[in-house]
Amino acid sequence: MVAEPLLSVRNLKTYFTQDEGTVRAVDGVSFDMALGATLGIVGESGCGKSITARSIMRIVDRPGRIVEGEIHFQRPSGSGGAGSMVDLAKVEPNGALMRSIRGAEIALIFQEPMSSFSPVHTVGSQIIEAIQQHQPLGRQAARERAIEMLRRVGVSSPEERVDQLSNQLSGGLRQRAMIAMALSCEPALLIADEPTTALDVTTQTQILDLMRRLQQEDGMAIMLITHDLGVVAEMATDVAVMYLGRVVEQAPVDAIFHDPRHPYTRALLRSIPRIRSRTRERLTPIAGAVPHPYDRPTGCPFHPRCPEFMAGRCDREAPILRPVRDHHAVSCFLYE
Amino acid sequence: MLAYIGRRALLAVFTVWAISALAFAIIQLPPGDYVTSYIAQMASMGSVVSDEEAQNLRIQYGLGQPIYVQYFKWMRLIIQGNFGMSMEWRRPVTEVIGERLWLTVIVSVAALILTWVLALPIGIYSAVRQYSVGDYVATFIGFIGLAVPNFLLALVLLYLGFVLFNAHIGGLFSPEFQDAEWSGARAWDLAKHLPIPAVILGLAGTAQQIRIMRANLLDELRKPYVVTARSKGLSEARVILRYPVRVALNPFASTIGYTLPYIVSGSIIVSLVLGLPTVGPLLLKALIAQDMFLAGTIVLLLGVMTVIGTLISDIVLVLIDPRIRLEET
Amino acid sequence: MAEPEAILERGGSPLGGPTAVADTREQRIFVASQWQLMWWRFRKHKVAVASAVVVASFYLIVLGADFLAYADPNASEAHRSLMPPQRVYWFDGGRLSPHVYGLKGARDPQTFKRVYVADPDRKIPIRFFAEGFEYRLFGLIPTTRHLIGVDGGADATQAVFLLGTDVQGRDLWSRLMYGTRISLTIGLFGVTVSLILGVVLGGFSGFYGGMADTIIQRTIEILRSIPTIPLWMGLAAALPRDWSVLQVYLAITIIISLLGWTELARVVRGRFLAMREEDFVVSARLVGCSQMRTIFVHMVPSFMSHIIAATTLALPAMIISETALSFLGLGLRPPAISWGVLLQQAQNVQTVAISPWLMLPAVPVIIAVMAFNFLGDGLRDAADPYGR
Repeated sequence: MVAEPLLSVRNLKTYFTQDEGTVRAVDGVSFDMALGATLGIVGESGCGKSITARSIMRIVDRPGRIVEGEIHFQRPSGSGGAGSMVDLAKVEPNGALMRSIRGAEIALIFQEPMSSFSPVHTVGSQIIEAIQQHQPLGRQAARERAIEMLRRVGVSSPEERVDQLSNQLSGGLRQRAMIAMALSCEPALLIADEPTTALDVTTQTQILDLMRRLQQEDGMAIMLITHDLGVVAEMATDVAVMYLGRVVEQAPVDAIFHDPRHPYTRALLRSIPRIRSRTRERLTPIAGAVPHPYDRPTGCPFHPRCPEFMAGRCDREAPILRPVRDHHAVSCFLYE
Repeated sequence: MLAYIGRRALLAVFTVWAISALAFAIIQLPPGDYVTSYIAQMASMGSVVSDEEAQNLRIQYGLGQPIYVQYFKWMRLIIQGNFGMSMEWRRPVTEVIGERLWLTVIVSVAALILTWVLALPIGIYSAVRQYSVGDYVATFIGFIGLAVPNFLLALVLLYLGFVLFNAHIGGLFSPEFQDAEWSGARAWDLAKHLPIPAVILGLAGTAQQIRIMRANLLDELRKPYVVTARSKGLSEARVILRYPVRVALNPFASTIGYTLPYIVSGSIIVSLVLGLPTVGPLLLKALIAQDMFLAGTIVLLLGVMTVIGTLISDIVLVLIDPRIRLEET
Repeated sequence: MAEPEAILERGGSPLGGPTAVADTREQRIFVASQWQLMWWRFRKHKVAVASAVVVASFYLIVLGADFLAYADPNASEAHRSLMPPQRVYWFDGGRLSPHVYGLKGARDPQTFKRVYVADPDRKIPIRFFAEGFEYRLFGLIPTTRHLIGVDGGADATQAVFLLGTDVQGRDLWSRLMYGTRISLTIGLFGVTVSLILGVVLGGFSGFYGGMADTIIQRTIEILRSIPTIPLWMGLAAALPRDWSVLQVYLAITIIISLLGWTELARVVRGRFLAMREEDFVVSARLVGCSQMRTIFVHMVPSFMSHIIAATTLALPAMIISETALSFLGLGLRPPAISWGVLLQQAQNVQTVAISPWLMLPAVPVIIAVMAFNFLGDGLRDAADPYGR
């Protein structure tokens, strides 16, 4: 029996209309997230991963707008709209409903721990603010909860840290504090946008371990956005591969790594170094470069760089995401 | 934090010293020594200065001795509250200046407060609603403030007031209150006359501060911590006011300190055009008449007033920005 | 086909947001010299370009003031006192023939003094390249040709005054032309002095740091805290009354620039501080360049553009200062003519109410200040071709 997905995105399109043209940052993205799962969203810079996350949270900056699509979110029990399904794409972005979901039921952490906290407020006050926004706790109680969260994420001496400014914390500590802030209201879904990219490798591992532990303890789902396939291999249960604003392949993590179908996914996997490859072997990059956003190719966005390009088909129409196996969907004419 | 304030206070002391030196230079500039001129002036009015009095004056001011001695003697007199005699008015300088200095302070502070009160919300609005009608209007007013020198603006406004409304919009008091004693009614009369001089004086500063606030806020609005705040589910107003505005407030506040000398400076000329009973017209007349003690004292007092004002704004800045409390500049 | 400017605009860096195609467009940017980049970026700001044109026109007026004026700026004619601007009639019976009405003598009904009033029966054509008072073109070639004039210009009843006359009957347009020359050149000289002071002291401060930096910094802060106008008034009033026009001119220039250098010094110091840590400076030192060479060959070209922008922005303050001082009667004095001297006649609201054209010299002040400000802004934006 398949449970209702926690989050179901259907044909999401977020466009940025500017004088020079329209950038179709997210151009028809569809995927599902199950309760408690970890979905890794991978792709090169500029493929629209971050905008997808922001679209779900409805914090896309002007002039960006969601022009089409649905974002079905199953609100967790214990929240205001317990158990109900809401289409986030239709909700007023700054209205009371979205704001009660944002931060409390869906939380976001992202890449720049250096500048993600306000430089003039203490770390504690910002966490307390998040708590008090969504929970009816008094100041003292909120403060204690903030300290407790900091302790949970592994920040030493949380009672002192809570009164410090963000520039007094190291990068790893800051990221932990961000996680503490995001989790302070026990969200059902945590969107992590490149959470470890700006950290050194040792801290990366620690943060990833922390996220995994918290996920086990709380049962929340994680949407992990990254360009690092190694992180995906370690953390994700399912993977969605994005290219130029579209999901080109979605599958469980093993299938992506051992049985990739889409030519882009295959090329990606070919291009990373392997521990078992021969020494002095050249890496194989993907031919060509990502097209300019104003200069999108017609038809399938990947066709100019695709080694399996079929003239007459791939440059005329755009393929759509179709299931090829159980839980495995690909967007490519090779499979139609 | 105390170290920071201490440093600023020390700097203020040095500035006051520099101003006193400059004021003293102004006093010394005209040829001849002032006691001789004083005596000559007195004689021309028909009063006589006795030799003993003349000699006392010479000792008091250290005439004939090296210049730094004269400076010290002058400073000592000042600390005792003796600012010298005005040649033209034949009264002690303090009497001549009278309430004009306080009026200058009031007008300047009014302009400063106006600058704050106008520039902050307009700057915030301009940045948040970029390219809107309000933004363009604010930018346009900003240009007027920057391009039109304050005294010309005063002139044009006077002209328009005269020609269109047949009203004389200069002055700080209505005729009946001009020389009256201080009272509630007089204070209210003053308050009614303050807006126009305050706007004229403050417009240039406001325009500049709007640009600064707008530019700073536009920078801050792009930063990640704003996204963090939004993603917590805070209302848009709270997100903007509590975070990027707070951060953009720092460079904004730090420039306010230097607006005060500009405003005080401008008040001199604007007072002349508008006929305000402040220190400005008095200074001009004193300089033309070579009434050096009066002129020098006015320069000194203006400078000191400005330095104190700047120091106060520095302290306010420290209270706003916790980062300064922690770092060593 | 996107211009290089378009690429410079996006994201502020030539590489743009997503990895862009490396094609000839970007290649042009990578190999363009610093000045070319600056020019491209500057070109985009239409307002700044327009302001540059305005500033250029102003300086053309400075050069050709004698040519553009048509009446001797110092020739007073009491009977012509305070005449309003003459109306220029463009057509005479259907033909294009600009002319003004002549003057005839009359008695003022209130004061019974002899004055001139317009005589509609006499039409005086305006001639182009007419003969007028003698002057030297570019200071070298004696000539009497002016842009416009009337026949028999020496006759007081045949006169043209486009902007009216002042209380002494002097033509305002001609005086305005000469005033522009003086006001704008004082600005230039003042800025030059400030520039020298600012670059030297700011450079010292920024490059060597340490005690020199602290002293200079504190001095700058002290100077910034002092209200300028009372100080200038004091210094200007101290100038002896019998100094020649030229001496007063130079003294005023120096007085104004004594406080103006602080802003330039701050910009220069900031640039030096930022650049000291830059890799290209360190590598210059490692290669063995002497300090002098490092400064002048490597560092100075980097911030030339910023200096130009800051200097342009400093000009309006100079112009306003001179105008203010002369307006008060403490700066330049007659027979010198500057915008401030001209405006001195407009000090009194009663006078101005009767003869509002006396306020006209305010217009070039405002235009010049705006033009320099926009130009300086445009230059400052263009000076950072790779964005902030």
